[in-house]
Amino acid sequence: MSDLVRRTAADLADALAAGETTSVELTEAHLDRIAAVDGDVHAFLHVDREGALEQARASDERRAAGRPAGPLDGVPVAVKDVLATKGLPTTCGSKILEGWVPPYDATLVTRLREAGLPILGKTNMDEFAMGSSTEHSAYGPTHNPWDLDRIPGGSGGGSAAAVAAFEAPLAIGTDTGGSIRQPGAVTGTVGVKPTYGGVSRYGLVALANSLDQAGPVTRTVLDAALLHEVIGGHDPLDSTSVDQPVPPVVEAARQGAAGDMKGVRIGVVKELTGEGYQHGVQARFDESVQLLVDAGAEVVEVSCPSFVHALAAYYLILPSEASSNLAKFDAMRYGLRVYPEGVEDPSAEEVMRATRDAGFGDEVKRRIILGTYALSSGYYDAYYGQAQKVRTLIGRDFASAFESADVLVSPTAPTTAFKLGEKLDDPVAMYLNDIATIPANLAGVPGLSVPSGLADEDALPTGFQVLAPALADDRLYRVGAALEAALLDRWGGPLLDKAPALAEKETVR
Amino acid sequence: MTAAPALMSFEEALERFDPALGLEVHVELNTASKMFCGCATEFGAPPNTQVCPTCLGLPGAMPVVNGTAVESAIRIGLALNCSIAPWCRFARKNYFYPDMPKNFQTSQYDEPIAFDGWTEVEVDGEVFRIDIERAHMEEDTGKSLHVGTSGRIHGADYSLVDYNRAGIPLIEIVTRPIRGTGDKAPLVAKAYVAHLRELLLGLGVSDVRMEQGSLRCDVNLSLAPSGAGTLGTRTETKNVNSLRSVERAVRYEIGRQAARLVDGERVVQETRHWHEDTGITTAGREKSDAEDYRYFPEPDLVPVAPDEAWVERLRAELPEPLREHRARLQKEWGFSDLEMRDTVGAGALHLVEETIAAGASPAAARKWWLSDLARRANERGVDLADLGVSPTDVARVQQLVDEGKVNDKLARQVFDGVVAGEGTPDEVVASRGLAVVSDEGALSEAVDRAIEGNPDVAAKIRDGKVAAVGALIGAVMKEMRGQADAGRVRELILEKLT
Ligand SMILES: [Zn+2]
Repeated sequence: MSDLVRRTAADLADALAAGETTSVELTEAHLDRIAAVDGDVHAFLHVDREGALEQARASDERRAAGRPAGPLDGVPVAVKDVLATKGLPTTCGSKILEGWVPPYDATLVTRLREAGLPILGKTNMDEFAMGSSTEHSAYGPTHNPWDLDRIPGGSGGGSAAAVAAFEAPLAIGTDTGGSIRQPGAVTGTVGVKPTYGGVSRYGLVALANSLDQAGPVTRTVLDAALLHEVIGGHDPLDSTSVDQPVPPVVEAARQGAAGDMKGVRIGVVKELTGEGYQHGVQARFDESVQLLVDAGAEVVEVSCPSFVHALAAYYLILPSEASSNLAKFDAMRYGLRVYPEGVEDPSAEEVMRATRDAGFGDEVKRRIILGTYALSSGYYDAYYGQAQKVRTLIGRDFASAFESADVLVSPTAPTTAFKLGEKLDDPVAMYLNDIATIPANLAGVPGLSVPSGLADEDALPTGFQVLAPALADDRLYRVGAALEAALLDRWGGPLLDKAPALAEKETVR
Repeated sequence: MTAAPALMSFEEALERFDPALGLEVHVELNTASKMFCGCATEFGAPPNTQVCPTCLGLPGAMPVVNGTAVESAIRIGLALNCSIAPWCRFARKNYFYPDMPKNFQTSQYDEPIAFDGWTEVEVDGEVFRIDIERAHMEEDTGKSLHVGTSGRIHGADYSLVDYNRAGIPLIEIVTRPIRGTGDKAPLVAKAYVAHLRELLLGLGVSDVRMEQGSLRCDVNLSLAPSGAGTLGTRTETKNVNSLRSVERAVRYEIGRQAARLVDGERVVQETRHWHEDTGITTAGREKSDAEDYRYFPEPDLVPVAPDEAWVERLRAELPEPLREHRARLQKEWGFSDLEMRDTVGAGALHLVEETIAAGASPAAARKWWLSDLARRANERGVDLADLGVSPTDVARVQQLVDEGKVNDKLARQVFDGVVAGEGTPDEVVASRGLAVVSDEGALSEAVDRAIEGNPDVAAKIRDGKVAAVGALIGAVMKEMRGQADAGRVRELILEKLT
């Protein structure tokens, strides 16, 4: 393994700026690493070796001409397969989109290209982002680099595993109920869900439009901030995008890394700790809070009583929106087309039915049925309507909690990575993984997960979640970077140094 | 196929029943771009050339509201005396259909941009108030072309879909039940649609070409026993797309429903298809098992919240109300009440107005549109506006008459050519050789020959019986095959004989 792949994106950017390496060299190093380990990890659904190297060459030319496109010009990135990439397959982890090559780029992807980041490929995910383990991918699960028999979280397990396995220094995830943060927690990486509307959703294949948010997946808080600055900001093609400058996230990450937390009020959410949280997860969380206190922060306990209804509300709103979003996959214009067996001259409706039956996995069908039911006339008020009221209450809980605290904190996920297959037959157990991350999506506030250590009982990574008020994403980075710096001191190096080495397959180029 | 249903005569039906009308009109706005994307909206472009990820519903693409369309919707609402919602949302109407790119239509549900309005129409001097329930914004669907002998989805070999129309802004204007029209129901329905068309033209928000589908009409009709004051079960006849058809469809449904009711059968609540060729409606989907559209607010769009000052500015800038507009025109044109009513009733007000604007006298404009052209439209079963003759054409023909280049008879032949698609009036005159002979020499010789050939008549005229001149004019016109200015021929004859 080339040493280049273990370096942070910020380091690589410095090395490029100093002329110590080239984009082609480090893009190639990552492509080689993918070729060597991805057979075991399966973080990628599609690797674009040619395209990435071409972008890397262009980056080196810009730099040679003294005109780099930005701080990350030349640093490669992996993109979750839920974002439209012109000329690159986009499947959303579903058979129904097998072979679809979008004719356009998502705004976020355009911004990556304009900032000069070579795109290594598309990462694996639960089908249409429905899941917390990446086991619902139609193309097979992704494996956790810490233990290949375990899940890497989901839905963005591919992006988190790619970064944890040093296949990419940076990745893009999307977070509807925790799909960036929970994989970050269980793979020992950093994941940020920006404020709703902080990053354009144009080109993000919608799971639940009112909850979805794309964000950075990285190994350090500073790297996340650098990537956040590239992809964030208003987009006229997304009416729900925030028409305000990106908060000063890079500055906040640097300030936080200096370690001074004086005057910062940390609110521990009573409803998101204790019962239901694995012992080791809780222990690492408590230590982390203490580290922040040691750095000068003030700790308060806050209560958000409506959070107990968050999961129920989420599983009405999400399937409702998803059932409508997924209607377009009907074999008429793109993607899979299946003709019903034994039917001569099938009608359009029969082809739609056969295709959707064959093309969607069970979890997707489960949620389409749930959502269709919840929106049905006569049930709308009782389900969708009530869920929206819960959403309002959760927003109020956040508002009042943020009166007494600058940020709220909790463990990111209640447990460490579980075994592949362990919860596949128990959807509700699977859904409970997102219990701590869902409230932020319902309220549209930003959240970050940063590694907090390894649980004593299984030596697997645990995550620490920071939540901030809408549009105050910089607070996440300040607190996250402060905790990261304190933990690095304690560990004597990055947490991922403790991960077992992956077997590298000989590669012939 | 079921046998043709029994019909009751219109007169008898109206003796036994009171009709209630309801009209749902879809208007395509003439904005340069679509409702939720930047694609062009030009009519008749090659299939699927005015499309993008958004209006094709590609995965990931998102809508952005067209501000001009919102402005048009508000102006339509104001012109129909509606309240304008200070805050409203779009909603998804979910159903599967191949010409719907997303399998949901972005529309408005319980929060229309305009609601609770009214307008008035006049039929035979009687004014009917029409209450407007709502006017809301939505997007059009694509257009399916079923290829095969039948031209319908059943029995088609295959179907093609053109998404150029998908996403074109539509305003749906829905009336409340219109009651108390009695035997005027068909005319009130037609007058309402004609009235809407004039109003929309005046606002300049739509081309309102019914034959191109930029104004589409669904007709609801129910019958209740005479004097009962109740509302019966209604049918919704879809896509009644000409003024003439609106009238016919209402008339037909009254007869059909009345026949069912007196036979003790119930009227089925259903959508019905209108057949322009046979003038009947046939059953479509039954409403009782109609889809549940699972409406919910469109999460990809933010609410539309028109600023009050903006709405007031739009209100202040509205064109004058149609009634005042008509009164002013009637005065300007010197039309009698009856002449004006006929003009409006024929759906010709705008045509006459534009013809006058193009240079014709009011009397001439009215004469052409309400007699010769109205007859042609009637024969072809189309609306006047769809005849293929433009106001500019009419004004030009009248100019040719005024200049003595054609006479009335030739003018009608010019219209024959224009209607047949042979080009502009000037092109038709040239290609058909219709200009009157203005060569004085040729005319003079023809007059001489006529005098020679009819010595008796010539003698009478010389004796002062000028009325006899008609016979000589006839002879000259016959020789000139009609291509002479009869007035000039008369002058020449009288010059030579008196
Ligand atoms: Zn478009």
